[in-house]
Amino acid sequence: MSDGGKPGVAAASGRPTTRARLDRLVLALGGPVLALGVAVLLTSAVLLLSGRSPVEPYVLMIEYAGNADIQVLIVNQATTYYIAALAVAVGFRMNLFNIGVDGQYRLAAMVAAVTGAAFSLPAPLHVLVIMAVAMLTGAFWAGIAGILKTSRGVSEVVSTIMLNAIATSIIAYLILPAQFGEQRGNNLTTGQIAESGWFPGFDTGPGGVVYGFIVVAALLGVVYWLVLNRTRFGFDLRATGASQSAAAASGVDAKRMIFTSMVISGGVAGLAGMPVLLGDSHTYSLVFPVGIGFTGITIALLGRNHPVGIAFGALLIAFLDKASATLDYSGYEKEIATIMQGLIVIAVVISYEAVRRYGLRRQQQKVGEELAAQAASAPGDTSQNLSKGASA
Amino acid sequence: MHAIVGENGAGKSTLMKILYGMQKPDEGTITVDGEQVTLHSPADAIARGIGMVHQHFMLADNLTVLENTVLGGESLYGIGGRARDKIREISDAYGLGIRPDVLVEDLGVADRQRVEILKVLYRGARTLILDEPTAVLVPQEVDALFANLRELKAEGLTVIFISHKLGEVLSVADEITVIRRGTTVASVSPDEVSTKQLAELMVGSELPTPETRESTVTDRPVLSVEGLTVHTHDAEHGDRTVLDDVGFTIHAGEVLGLAGVEGNGQTELIEALIGLKHADAGTIRLGDEEITGWATRRRREGGIGYIPEDRHRHGLLLESPLWENRILGHVTEQPNSRGYWLKPKAARADTERIVEEYDVRTPGIEVTAGSLSGGNQQKLIVGREMSHHPRFLIAAHPTRGVDVGAQAQIWDQIREARHEGLAVLLISADLDELIGLSDTLRVMYRGRLVADADPATITPEELGTAMTGAASGHLEHEEGDAATGSDADGRPDAASGAQNEENEHE
Repeated sequence: MSDGGKPGVAAASGRPTTRARLDRLVLALGGPVLALGVAVLLTSAVLLLSGRSPVEPYVLMIEYAGNADIQVLIVNQATTYYIAALAVAVGFRMNLFNIGVDGQYRLAAMVAAVTGAAFSLPAPLHVLVIMAVAMLTGAFWAGIAGILKTSRGVSEVVSTIMLNAIATSIIAYLILPAQFGEQRGNNLTTGQIAESGWFPGFDTGPGGVVYGFIVVAALLGVVYWLVLNRTRFGFDLRATGASQSAAAASGVDAKRMIFTSMVISGGVAGLAGMPVLLGDSHTYSLVFPVGIGFTGITIALLGRNHPVGIAFGALLIAFLDKASATLDYSGYEKEIATIMQGLIVIAVVISYEAVRRYGLRRQQQKVGEELAAQAASAPGDTSQNLSKGASA
Repeated sequence: MHAIVGENGAGKSTLMKILYGMQKPDEGTITVDGEQVTLHSPADAIARGIGMVHQHFMLADNLTVLENTVLGGESLYGIGGRARDKIREISDAYGLGIRPDVLVEDLGVADRQRVEILKVLYRGARTLILDEPTAVLVPQEVDALFANLRELKAEGLTVIFISHKLGEVLSVADEITVIRRGTTVASVSPDEVSTKQLAELMVGSELPTPETRESTVTDRPVLSVEGLTVHTHDAEHGDRTVLDDVGFTIHAGEVLGLAGVEGNGQTELIEALIGLKHADAGTIRLGDEEITGWATRRRREGGIGYIPEDRHRHGLLLESPLWENRILGHVTEQPNSRGYWLKPKAARADTERIVEEYDVRTPGIEVTAGSLSGGNQQKLIVGREMSHHPRFLIAAHPTRGVDVGAQAQIWDQIREARHEGLAVLLISADLDELIGLSDTLRVMYRGRLVADADPATITPEELGTAMTGAASGHLEHEEGDAATGSDADGRPDAASGAQNEENEHE
């Protein structure tokens, strides 16, 4: 109790003091910092064990990331990751594990690419139609898992994994020339989207073009925060995630909530392929990026489902992805970055739980201490309060 | 055989957890067989010969009794014939009547409990802790259990028996320890005390009486329930009718008290009223509107307040701050939201008000609900529900686990709201609370309302008899009872109800 002789007064006002805010910040950052520290240490241990320098790879990667073109690559990659991670985070906030983001965004990108290439519209409209189709496709695909869960009690983990596999097969079928595909050399594509359906980027000169979709991603982050923290719907969603029984007793229709959040998660997932489709490839092909949904899970975990945390998480993982390319040139395997990503996931899960428990315990202790201090400083207070409460 | 009695929240379970090594004591010592020990884990406790039979059974349904018994103790007697022989030997020695090769899912509750006891004995326990073993049993099964326990005692084992059913405690225990708010308040012998004296020890002599005599009952019905029937299906019991043709009316300004042994349909009634359980038949009317088909949220908006029986499961988000808990259940109402948007500022301010008015002891409204004590959590819930001026309040065990001061306060709050025309359904295991607060009393037994009584004249003992199903219809207070009750030697008076009950089963 460093805030002097009247701890009760400062605390009882209910407003978080600067100290308390600082406390919360330390607790919030404690998890990620601890996790990253552990992951770096373990990676170094792996390097040492294989007889390499435990430090040089980091230096190489950081130096490499100093190049403007690599920075653009990292930012672009992070944009895609960010959206996928938001989609996962929506589910996480109510205890739903949407592993199907991967299938949802790929199917959405494919359907959106086919639709976008099929016709031409004035520029902003064309882009909007493609985005809408992508969101609807993603939402539809996730909605299947939602319906299965609410009507038959099928775990969303199982059904979304299955749906990922089904999406892969459907895409492989639809991209055949007999359906919507076009043969381009060794590659199969869905045809080029007209320029009216491209999302304009920011040209940085020598570095290359930053996806314009980064603006949409940032907006999504803002909307995510607003909906979760400032709306009734968001409150119901978070309440359901915190305690399903308490939420049900408070009047949340659990089934509808599961379905709705699954659909929203899928809709956001549908947008995860858009930075690449609208900003770069302008077609869905065999080389369209895969696995972004799974990386999104890592990032959502790392960012603690918070839009700002997720942004940092996305940048970090994108950095590991892109900057690790240099390791190959210097006699290191770039899989070191993959090892590190894996270690980050493990460390994140463990350290967050440890920090959470520590935080809860500490708070309990502090509440006990502060109440004891209050009681000690005002012995007559108890009876006063009692009579006040009774007459109120 | 040593019994530990105390109110809910008095610290019985914590004490047992410490004895079984599940929780560490901050101070103090435990001595087993004259040797001071520190128990770090249940394994430690088992090694010292202490075994625990939990209130909620920990058995795997799809395994046999034999498999369940050897699980985790494979190194003792193997998993085959030797183990089977040992199980038979223990079973015969104590008259447990256990068949090692039946599936646990085919066993009834009492048999499962015997398997739990056997599991503990199999591991060589010399001291058995039983946590409210009779809570789930019907009276005949209770007698059988007690016979088993006497057998164990005769073989030289020690039994620690936790209960708040005083009649049982007096009939089986050799020694009784009463704890209240975490401290031992008395150690007595069952020959020296009556249930009444024991009850007074349990709750403390400064016990505030929940009496409320001037009637505020109006003739304006607020909640009318007719023919309410609910069926459930679970693996343990198959199809069951948990609410059977329940009907009652609560008027404005009336507190209807519902007495009953836990598990006789009270939980289902509450859930049917708040909309968590679907009514299979019957109607529920709130004021002039039929609400049978309404969803929970609509019912809450329509003016049903809810103090849940399990506040951790149904009343709070333990890891969320107090002000978010203030929103819970009333997210669509003022001051928490306008339209689709939350109003965190207004909700925070109103939480401050509740904390102040209802004397919730907390350093602030940003702490998590889980860090408050049970009583303060309950005050927050009561404050939250009262703040929305309900027409009808479901108050399930409103003072369970709440200290005496807070108890009086919560009673005051209910009385005051009743004065202003609130209709209350009060469900409580505390019979004094029920009798003291209620204007009308009903008794629930096996999903039916079997008896009614006038709280002005009824005694807890008479009510207790009806709760076991031994009496039904309109309960009249018998003057003769009271006469024997004031007998000079003091022994049989208040215990008479419980004693009678025991005798009937024997």
